[in-house]
This record gives sequence, C-alpha cells and structure tokens, in this order.
Amino acid sequence: MKKDIIVPAAGESVKEADLVNWYKSNGDYVNRDEAICELETEKATLDLTAEIDGILTISVEGGTVKVGDSVGFITASDAKPAAAPVAAPAAPLSNSAPSVPATNGGSSTYAQGHASPAAAKLMAETGVAVASGTGKDGRITKSDVQNTPAPIKATDVQQTAGAQPVVALGFRSERREKMTRLRKTIMNRLIESQQTTASLTTFNEVDMTAVMDIRKKYKDAFKEKYQVGLGFMSFFTKAACNALMEFPALNAYVEGEEIVFHDYCDMGIAVSTPKGLVVPVIKNADQLNFHQIESAIIDFAKRAQAGKLTIQEMEGGTFTITNGGTFGSMLSTPIINRPQSAILGMHNIVQRPMVVNGEIVARPIMYLAVTYDHRIIDGAEAVRFLVRIKEQLEDPTRLLVGM
Amino acid sequence: MESFDLVVIGGGPGGYVAAVRGAQLGLKTALVELRSTLGGTCLNVGCIPSKALLDSTELFHQAKTKFEVHGIEISAPKANWAQMLQRKREVVVSTTKGIDFLMQKNKITRLLGIGTLKPNRIVEIKNGTDLTQIEGRNIIIATGSSVAALPPVPFDGKRIISSDDALELPEIPKSMVIIGGGVIGVEMGSIYARLGTKVTIVEFMDGLIPTMDRELGRALEKSLRHLGMTFHFGTKVTGAKSGKKSVTLTAENKKGEAVDLEADYALVAIGRVPYTQGLGLAEVGVSVDARGRIDIDDHYKTNVAGIYAIGDVVRGAMIAHKASEEGVACVEQIVGQKSHVNYNAIPGVVYTWPEVAAVGKTEEELKSAGIAYKKGSAPFKASGRARAAEESEGFIKVLADQNTDEILGVHMIGPRAADMIAEAVVAIEYRASAEDIGIISHPHPTFTETLKEAALAATGNRAIHF
Repeated sequence: MKKDIIVPAAGESVKEADLVNWYKSNGDYVNRDEAICELETEKATLDLTAEIDGILTISVEGGTVKVGDSVGFITASDAKPAAAPVAAPAAPLSNSAPSVPATNGGSSTYAQGHASPAAAKLMAETGVAVASGTGKDGRITKSDVQNTPAPIKATDVQQTAGAQPVVALGFRSERREKMTRLRKTIMNRLIESQQTTASLTTFNEVDMTAVMDIRKKYKDAFKEKYQVGLGFMSFFTKAACNALMEFPALNAYVEGEEIVFHDYCDMGIAVSTPKGLVVPVIKNADQLNFHQIESAIIDFAKRAQAGKLTIQEMEGGTFTITNGGTFGSMLSTPIINRPQSAILGMHNIVQRPMVVNGEIVARPIMYLAVTYDHRIIDGAEAVRFLVRIKEQLEDPTRLLVGM
Repeated sequence: MESFDLVVIGGGPGGYVAAVRGAQLGLKTALVELRSTLGGTCLNVGCIPSKALLDSTELFHQAKTKFEVHGIEISAPKANWAQMLQRKREVVVSTTKGIDFLMQKNKITRLLGIGTLKPNRIVEIKNGTDLTQIEGRNIIIATGSSVAALPPVPFDGKRIISSDDALELPEIPKSMVIIGGGVIGVEMGSIYARLGTKVTIVEFMDGLIPTMDRELGRALEKSLRHLGMTFHFGTKVTGAKSGKKSVTLTAENKKGEAVDLEADYALVAIGRVPYTQGLGLAEVGVSVDARGRIDIDDHYKTNVAGIYAIGDVVRGAMIAHKASEEGVACVEQIVGQKSHVNYNAIPGVVYTWPEVAAVGKTEEELKSAGIAYKKGSAPFKASGRARAAEESEGFIKVLADQNTDEILGVHMIGPRAADMIAEAVVAIEYRASAEDIGIISHPHPTFTETLKEAALAATGNRAIHF
C-alpha cells in the first residue's frame, strides 16, 4: 500500500507553504505519527507526520508547495528492512563473507557526512554545520555548505600568535539569505497596514504604583493558587478589554463600506520569536480572569519560541497589545495589525519625578501609545480610550467595579 | 626599510606557490631566493631536468628495443648525450622563466640572495657584498633540502657524485654504482642503464623503493633487471677510494661478507636533508628537531611568532607537491582561512618505466595497524590498450576496508601510472569505495580501465576481464 504525503490546508487563507526541511531521508523507515518534514506557511511552521508505518519516498525535496500537493509517499511495511539501519551506522559484516561489498544504497554508510575538501574548508571557516550531505552516500558537497545558513555567532578570524598584525584585507563578507515565508508575510502585512490605514498615534503616561503594589501584595498567594505568576499583562488586557467595550470602534474592522463591530474581545498578544514576530490571540479575553489570561500568555510565549503555535491560534484577533518595554523601549508607535483598527503599545517602567499633591516624588511611570485607524476612529475616541486604560491602571479598583 | 605583509624565503615549489597565493589574497609579498632562477631543486636540479633526461632516454630505449616489433626499421640509434643535456637545459630554462612570469603577473617583489632571519621579523638578504633588510609581518621559510652526504663516501664532484652532478655528467659512463635504491637512485639509474651504462644499485634495506608497498618494489626490481641493472640489497657501503678514472667501493652484506665494487662513477643517492644553512635560525630562536627539520605545529607555525615553515625543511615526505599544498594552506591560514592538507591523500610517484605511483596506505601499514582489508589486483596484461601499446608490464592493486569497502590504498606500477594515480587520489579524498570505482565508467580502451578492474576485483572478485 502506498500513502501519499499531502500538503494540508492549514488555515482558511493559506494556499501554499514552503517545504523547509525533511527530517527523514529518502528510503528511511518511518513510524506512524512520526514527524517527517517541516512546512512553513505565512502564519506558522508545522510538522507533517507519517500517516502509516513504512518506507519514505521523497518526491519534492523543498521549496514552495501548494495545499493538496503530494510531496512524497510512504510504502507500507510492517517491519523495518533488515538492511536499512536507521540510526546505527552499518554494522561490520562478518569476516566469513569477505566477498560481500558494503551497501552503497540510501542507508547510512561510513561516508555519510564526509565533507569534500572545499566543503570541509568552508564549514571550518563559517561554522556552518551540515546535518546531512546531498552527495553520494550522504557526502557533504560544497553547495550543501553554501546553502546552509551560518550560525548567528560571528566567525572568529584566526589570530596568529603574538600581537603582530594579522592582515585580513578583503575578508569581510556579506551573506544573502532567502527570506522565510514568515518574514515575507510580516513585510507585506506591515506595508499593507501603513498604506491602507490613516494611522495616527496618541500617547499617555500611567503611574504604575497601584498595579505594582497589588502585584507585590498578592504575588506569592496568586502563584500558589494558580501556578502562574501575576504579571502586568493581565492588568493591561483587562483594562484594554473594558475600554474596548466602551469605545467599540477601536475593536472593529473596516470591510468594504461597512464597519464590523465585535461584542467580544479577542486579544492579540505580540510575541517575539527567533523567526520573527507572531501574534497569538486570546479568545474572549474580556470573559477571562487574571490567572486565565496569564496562563494563556505563558503558554503562547513558550510555544511561540518553539514554533509550535497553530494557525487557528493566530487568526481572528480584534485588537492587539504589543509590549516593547520588555526590550527596554521608552516610547514607540506601533503599527496596526490589519484588519484590526487599533493597537496598544506598552513600554518600560521607569522611576520618574512626578508632581503629586504639589510635591515632586519619584513614581514608576510607563508611557502608553495607541495607534489607531483615523478613518473610523475619531481623535477624541482614541484619546479617551487611552485615558480609560490609564485610569483603570492607576486605580485598579475601577477594574472591579467597572468604572 | 621596506615592509611586506609576507616574506617567503626560498623560491621552490613550496615557496613560489606560497608567494603567488599570498599575492592572490592581497598580501604585499616578497620572495627571497639564492639562485638566479626560481623553482628550487625541483625545477633546476630535480623533478624537471630528471624527467627531461628520463623521457629522452626512454625514447632512445624504445627505438632500440620496441621499434622493430612495431614495424619501424631504423639503423641502430645512437645516443647524442650532449644534445640530451642541451634539451634538458632548455626545458629547465623555459620552465623557470615561466615562474618569473608568474612573479611579475602577481606583482611579487623578487629579491636575489641568501635570506637570513633577524630579530623583530626582519630578513636580511645578502647578495655578494650587498646587504638589504626588509621587514615581514609574516615570514615563511621554504628553503627546501639538499642532497644528504654519506660520511664513508664523501662527495668529490668528480667520481663520487650527487644527483645534481648526475644530471650534468660529461659523458655516458660505462659503469655506475648507485648507493641508495630509493626514488632518486632508481630514476638516475634508469637514465644511464637505458644508455648502456652498467648500473649497480646498493641498498641498505631489503628491496627497492623501500618506503612504498613491497609488491611495487619487487615488480620494479624485475623490470630494472631486464634493463640490465644489478642489485645488492641489505648491503652497507663502508668506504670509497676515488681514482682518476674510476672509484672503488667497499661494502658489507648482511652475512658480514665483504663486497667490492668498482665503477666509473659512484652516485650517492641516500636521500635529502633539510637546508637551513645561513638562515640564522639559532639567532632568532627557531627550534629544529634532531634531524635538522624545523619544528612546526599543525598550522606551520614555528615556535617564533610570525615565522612559519613548509616543504622539505619540515616533517613529512620531501615531495614538491606536498610543499606546494603546504604553501597554499599556510598562507591561507595566515589570512584567517581554515585550510587543511590531507597527508593521507598525497601521492608518491617514481618515473621509471614502467612508472610507479601510489596513494594511501600500503599493505604493510594496514597489516601493522591491524586493519582488515580486501585486495584486488589487475595486471596490464589483461588490458587491450596495454597490448596495443606493447606496454603490458605491471599491475594495479586496490586495497579496501574489509567491512566498509572504503578504498584505503592504491598502488600501481605500469605505463602512465604517474598520471593515472590522480584518479585514486580523488577517490581517497572523497572516501570512495572500491565498488564506486568499479561502477564509474572508464573510457575504453585506456590504461585507466585497469584501475576499474582492480577495484572490481577488490569489491568482491568481480573483475570482468581476467
């Protein structure tokens, strides 16, 4: 029996994907449910798993594939073929069979990973590690090294002993890398946002004293009760949800000549990952408690780092919060995450001199920014929306009584 | 004082190649050479002139012994030794001029004279009474080697000669004793034996070319016996007496018996020693080992910062192409590249006829290392090309790992072996299996098919043509 490996429909708008990597090689024995290759769509990366046990045949090595395309097939087989050890290197043949040549097929041989002279030199110089070569029997070719991205760590230029100047003229280099699909998507969407909205940013500042006091007071008990820390994000999410209910235009989409209002709040949380920015969505954030929000964010952050967020988790937000403060940003103007109409930017908390009751005192201050689509949101609405958030954070009792 | 990024001392195949590579990499480069012609021993008194004479004498020998069977009738050919020497000199001149052109093309500053190291990476060049000093941010010593002397048989340049002298003998000798059955001994011996000289080789070890696979030495011995050479193995030369027209040698064989030899000339060809005379190693503190070779690490660095050494003057085989590869790797490492020389894949070649060539491990090395191996041999007798050429002496032997089939060594003696070994070098560098070579198409009819046959034989006794 032969089972085709089909590119799945991963999300409503996804029509194509990049086949980034095969975890398995042609001719490998694969087990059912074992991850066999990695696909990257414009929204997420996902692993394809084997649907049956058997021998893998790869027909598409990599590149752009369409939903529904076959990229290979698995030929059903119950048992691993004896002559194709998957993990262990070829066992020595017994001396009693001297005339049997070593296999030179697709399975692992002593030559697997042997680099050609030019490939070995290039690997040593760039620090690139090539997992498996495309040359005969898995040998590493020069192009295998050239096509593998270099590690982020800068290569160290060898210093000769002593302090004599090493002449390293002309050894600067530039590196070209094909953009990942995620990067291309981010690029296109940011440009689209800038070009199709009339975006404008309004700022305010918030005195974080009260929120910090509450966190200090309940930190331990909260952690013990809910197994999750009480962070700032839950306060901001709750405050933003309340304000969005009052100013629904900031929670709306423009669709043609209509404005689509939402009576719920699906809160997008921008998360930075090694591959780029992703925005998982906390569904019905307005209905959740503090600990549910904190748990959701922690879970998203962890899985975003591992590239394990699903397409569904990143679709359909009505508003977004982005926190540049975690990287030390004092003030910035976020870009609206289309088709949404507004985005809240959080920043770092800094002790600043404030005048309170006629006295100058030091207070923990965060600047807030809201970028909004001026086409459907009037300036007064956006400013009042941000003031509502500020009021709730400076006096969190308001979160309780809905003021 | 002029300052350079790279100063290379020695213009042989190690030094001039290093200089060209340095210039290619943008280094301001100077090359210091004592001879007025570049190319070192190899081009001036080694590889190139000896090949010129080997080719001339082989043609002469063919005219004498093979033309008839090919259906070419000529009157008995005569060797014009003066013309052979003249042609050899012309080959040397045109080849060394080629190196001059490379220096100009790469804008390398050539400095004539003896280079001496001074502290603070200064090199002093002495040409007659002229002294010049230059500064080198990096200095490569590539001064090569000179012929090794044998104390009981001191060179006199007349009857007791070195290989340098043997390339410029005033006459074709009637007889010659060659002390040393290594590469130089058998090549020089071949030149003269083909011209009718009675050649006797005295070798301390048990066979010819003793560092190579034993089967090659035995096969070469057979071929050279056909040429009229005689051999004394396991024999040690203990003394010499040089006369006006001949030289008498005393020697002792393994049984302790005295062996007396007399000949027109005695050629001492027991090897070569690192050439470091006048370099000033001691003055700047560069250390050498017990055999006079400059100590280096894996990156050709001596113990003195900024001073490197490559080629015959350091450890390893004294072979031109090994020196060239080291020169390139050394310069590339100086500029920060991670270059590497695979010493297991450096071929060795002997230009006798049949030629001898090898790469990788010998059977003796595999046995003493306890590595289980398979062996496939194919004779040139089974090659149609060889029969057509009337050149069916010799064989090719492929040694492969018993378990993995990886080729570990290739040893050949036969027509054009020196050129054919290149395929085996690629195979070893890429860790090809014997079956790989057995599968790859080889052009028919060529001598190279014999390598394929040997590989098939090693793969599992699968040779097709014998």
